Amino acid sequence: MEKTPVRYHVLHETRYDYGSHVSLSQQQLHLSPRILAWQQIEEQRVDIEPAPTWRRDGQDAFGNPVTWIAFHAPHDELVLRSAMTIAVTPHLPTDIEKSLPWEEVRDRLAYDSSAPRPEDLDAVRFLFESPHVRIKHELADYAADCFPPETPILVGTQALMAKIFKEFKFDPEATTVSTPVMEVLEKKRGVCQDFAHLMIACLRALGLAARYVSGYLLTRPPPGKPRLIGADASHAWVSVYAPGSTYDWVDFDPTNNLLPDTEHITVAFGRDFADISPLRGIILGGGGTEPEVAVTVVPLDEEEIPEGLGAEPNEKK
Amino acid sequence: MARTLLAIYPHSPRRYDEMLTAEGAVRPHWRQFFIHLDSVAPEEMHRRLEFVDRRIQENGVTYNVYADPDGSDRPWALDPLPLIIPPDEWAEVSAAVAQRAALLNAILADLYGEQKLLAEGLLPPALVYGQHGYLWPCQGVKPPGGVWLHNYAVDLARSPNGRWWVIADRTQAPSGAGYALENRLVVSRVFPEMFRDLHVQHLADFFRDQLDGLAALAPVEGDEQPHIVLLTPGPYNETYFEHAYLARYLGFPLVEGQDLTVRGDTVFLKTLRGLKRVHVILRRQDDDYCDPLELRGDSALGIPGLLNVVRAGRVVMANALGSGLLASGALMGFLPAICRSLLGEKLAMPSIATWWCGEKPALDFVKENFDDLVIKPAYPTQRMDPVFGFELKGEARAEMLRRIEARPHAYVAQEMVNLAQAPTWSRSHERRLIARPTGLRAYAVATPDGYSVMPGGLARVATGANTRIISMQRGGASKDAWVLTDGPVSEFTMLKPSVGVRDLIRAGANLTSRVVENLFWLGRYSERFDDSARMLRVALSRIVEAGGEKTPAVVSSMELAELLRILPGPDEDTPVKEGSEHALLEAIYDPAQPGSLAGNIRNLMWSATHVRERLSLDHWHSLNRLQREQQAALKKHPTLPEAIAFLDRVLGVSSSLTGFAMDNMTRDDGWRFLIIGRRIERLSFFAQVVSGFLRMESARAPGCLEWLLELADSIITYRSRYSRQPELLPVVDLLVFDDSNPHGVIFQAGVLARYLDRMARELGASFDTHLADALQRLHDFDLSKFENLQFHENEVSAPCEELAVLLDELNVAAIQLSDTLGMRYFTHVGDVSRQTMAL
Repeated sequence: MEKTPVRYHVLHETRYDYGSHVSLSQQQLHLSPRILAWQQIEEQRVDIEPAPTWRRDGQDAFGNPVTWIAFHAPHDELVLRSAMTIAVTPHLPTDIEKSLPWEEVRDRLAYDSSAPRPEDLDAVRFLFESPHVRIKHELADYAADCFPPETPILVGTQALMAKIFKEFKFDPEATTVSTPVMEVLEKKRGVCQDFAHLMIACLRALGLAARYVSGYLLTRPPPGKPRLIGADASHAWVSVYAPGSTYDWVDFDPTNNLLPDTEHITVAFGRDFADISPLRGIILGGGGTEPEVAVTVVPLDEEEIPEGLGAEPNEKK
Repeated sequence: MARTLLAIYPHSPRRYDEMLTAEGAVRPHWRQFFIHLDSVAPEEMHRRLEFVDRRIQENGVTYNVYADPDGSDRPWALDPLPLIIPPDEWAEVSAAVAQRAALLNAILADLYGEQKLLAEGLLPPALVYGQHGYLWPCQGVKPPGGVWLHNYAVDLARSPNGRWWVIADRTQAPSGAGYALENRLVVSRVFPEMFRDLHVQHLADFFRDQLDGLAALAPVEGDEQPHIVLLTPGPYNETYFEHAYLARYLGFPLVEGQDLTVRGDTVFLKTLRGLKRVHVILRRQDDDYCDPLELRGDSALGIPGLLNVVRAGRVVMANALGSGLLASGALMGFLPAICRSLLGEKLAMPSIATWWCGEKPALDFVKENFDDLVIKPAYPTQRMDPVFGFELKGEARAEMLRRIEARPHAYVAQEMVNLAQAPTWSRSHERRLIARPTGLRAYAVATPDGYSVMPGGLARVATGANTRIISMQRGGASKDAWVLTDGPVSEFTMLKPSVGVRDLIRAGANLTSRVVENLFWLGRYSERFDDSARMLRVALSRIVEAGGEKTPAVVSSMELAELLRILPGPDEDTPVKEGSEHALLEAIYDPAQPGSLAGNIRNLMWSATHVRERLSLDHWHSLNRLQREQQAALKKHPTLPEAIAFLDRVLGVSSSLTGFAMDNMTRDDGWRFLIIGRRIERLSFFAQVVSGFLRMESARAPGCLEWLLELADSIITYRSRYSRQPELLPVVDLLVFDDSNPHGVIFQAGVLARYLDRMARELGASFDTHLADALQRLHDFDLSKFENLQFHENEVSAPCEELAVLLDELNVAAIQLSDTLGMRYFTHVGDVSRQTMAL
């Protein structure tokens, strides 16, 4: 099958208006997208105002690009503009019915005092509790009916995604960045971040490896309306370890109940949000600390995108 | 001769006894000490025990127990009898401890590096990735010299056959080495002859190794001297005493997270004279609290950006960030194979038998043998007390088993051991040895030549004869550990034998802003404490003199005390008269009463605690005695004369404190801030006193000027000058305008101006002129207005009001000066770092 990449321009702007002087500030940025087998970065840069006093670029423990900056002079506002041009190649898994039974994957990841396969050891990093992901039997119970014995892992994961999509309501008022996953399970409400954390927690509770993916999603303006700049936001979804699939990992988006393909742009992945939050900082001074965030995703060849292939107009994030 | 101490010493066949063989004979290495002990007369032993108690109390060796409802310090229990270990036995223990430290260091290097142990299946990933203690941001970091584990402690215990076993590894920020040192200084003086004759190895070499080991790794540039600091979470930490004690002994500045700041990839100490680079941080703070930027974001104790300095290799963290995960008991079962793989050696000392429930066969074994096992958390960050299987019955047992089944990897089970017993001196009998379960915490530090093991350690003693867990927080005690040597004893002391020019240290070069701030408040609180005691004594004495009558002196002195908020204001419902004595006593003894003397004592202790390492031992002893005296008096419901006597003693202690500050403290910036604090407080106090007095109608009666002079400690001066009844003009002159009276208002302002001038020169800062302006206006006041002054009913005379206004302005200027100093030189306490987050 012919695989034509889809090209995008993304602008992710974050603006802090502190209201009063911040005398010292240090920030950790996960804004630069990582290179994947299906994702090429053609151009990418982050403009920062005011210019930081100090800057270092590197990679985190999960291979994501990371930038640290520091400001030693007083400033009242901080603006970061992350701009990129990216090409995403179609990469949907071919036949999810033929993936390994989920118990087989679980057993491969369990320790048995022999040397593990390298890819399994790599996946084990995403098997345990992490700051936003608890492992509780309630979570395994919630996922149990999606994973009857011998279910192919990707079929089970898709069923779990559908279950979460069906039973949970998108509600930006219901949760904050620090709402625990058990509370989300109870309230059945949240945003993309909460659904991703919940789905990861369910998978890990079953003994499967799952990671948190942050990035952007192409949204469509209502028919006849122009694309609004900054109308989008950053997005989050889930990747599950399915050895034997083309890339060993397969993405699922529980917020939209679909398998991400060319309309999801990956920035970073980690154990959960805490590993890869786009902008995390410590400031001394300042008043307000609520940033304004605006994301714009523009397909570079608009007319080439066939009608009706993308997500629904009123999709959630 | 009394019967021998052995006659009633309990002997247990189920335990190893440190002093006796299985046959009941005194072991050879104990013989000499036992004979000595047996020969000491009961009165003499009593005297020695008192020495221990006094020493411990006075040194402030206290251990904060978080759960203590009083939140008060509890004396650290020390048994004077040492744990004695013969040379050959120690050689084995010491080699095993050094090997284990090297092994754990190699494991850290692997886990934060290539992770061969995981790839080969030698260690379950759950014990690495599954632990909160595995710090992902530290993955790939290579610390200077390849040393992760600079300080290591290990809890050892003997099995009934006398073999030593490892009970627990301490790899985060091991505590207790300072207590071991403290115990040594006390116990070696209780048995000085024995200490010498038995050839006990000294501890100083170990601490020198620690110091040299850290200095050798310091990433210095050019001709920089290694700058090593000791990082403490602060005075509320349970082992804060030890932090202060070790910092002073090792000569490291004791710092808190707020004292340090990261600029780029360098970490600095904030000092009064600017930023000073730090090369090594000996940390007593848990690693996940060290950098809120990348580790725990809610940590107010941390140093934002520290990890970037660590990544750049420009600071040594001792221990390395992320070292805590090796304290997991679950690792123990895997160590023998890992030791063969990483070091190519056999593990020299066995660990206590440990089953990690994360392995199916181990879990099955634990369920089958539940009664014989102790259940513990697998991860050091879990909060859970050890549970004895046989103690759990019914529902509690089922619940525990359910918890283990649900998260098996989070639990370990260990066999129960009968700890060895050692003789301790009974406090409740006149002359008796009792046997108590005893373990040993041993210490190792990294040096360029491998690990150096402290010859000795902290021997820990359980409270009951059958206690299975020894813990400081369960009211345990400790012993000194005497390691004997056949060879000569090293006579090294931490005092350098010869000091070169490069080693010269001048006062106060490294004062941190926080220490200076605390000294400043120590100055203010010590003056406030003196002032309130004086005011209360004046009022109390008037009441006693008046014999229950409401004389003008009683009324006016009480009114001034209320004005100064030393006494609570009059309650509208209850007339002042009935409550006056009671209110005064409360203002003296009740720390809950706002403005009370007891509250000021508490504040004084609080600020002294924060600069404990800067105070001389004598200084500290004075403060300790003071607090004990106040607390003891609180319980006694004292009479008025007793209260006056107490105030006399308080003022005696206060003047001795002042004497210490004047005579015993070096004249550095810290000292100057202490004095400035005192002067600001006294200026503010006497400005308010005189201004209040001038406006008080009740003070126009006979006898009032007398108490005002007494309050200002100026009666003798006045009498020697005027030899007549006090009159307003000369009294005001003496208390306000006389620049030779150390309790006078202008005197305080003059001294303050001199110190501020000097600081302005040395620290390159200038001060606003509010104080100088207010002072000038006071100088310009025409005192002749007070000649032939007539008072009228219900009316404050104009000159009095005029002077009172000038004094009020001076008071406001003094308070403003305090705020200005705070903003310019101290930690911005109101300006705490905050976390921000954007999606």
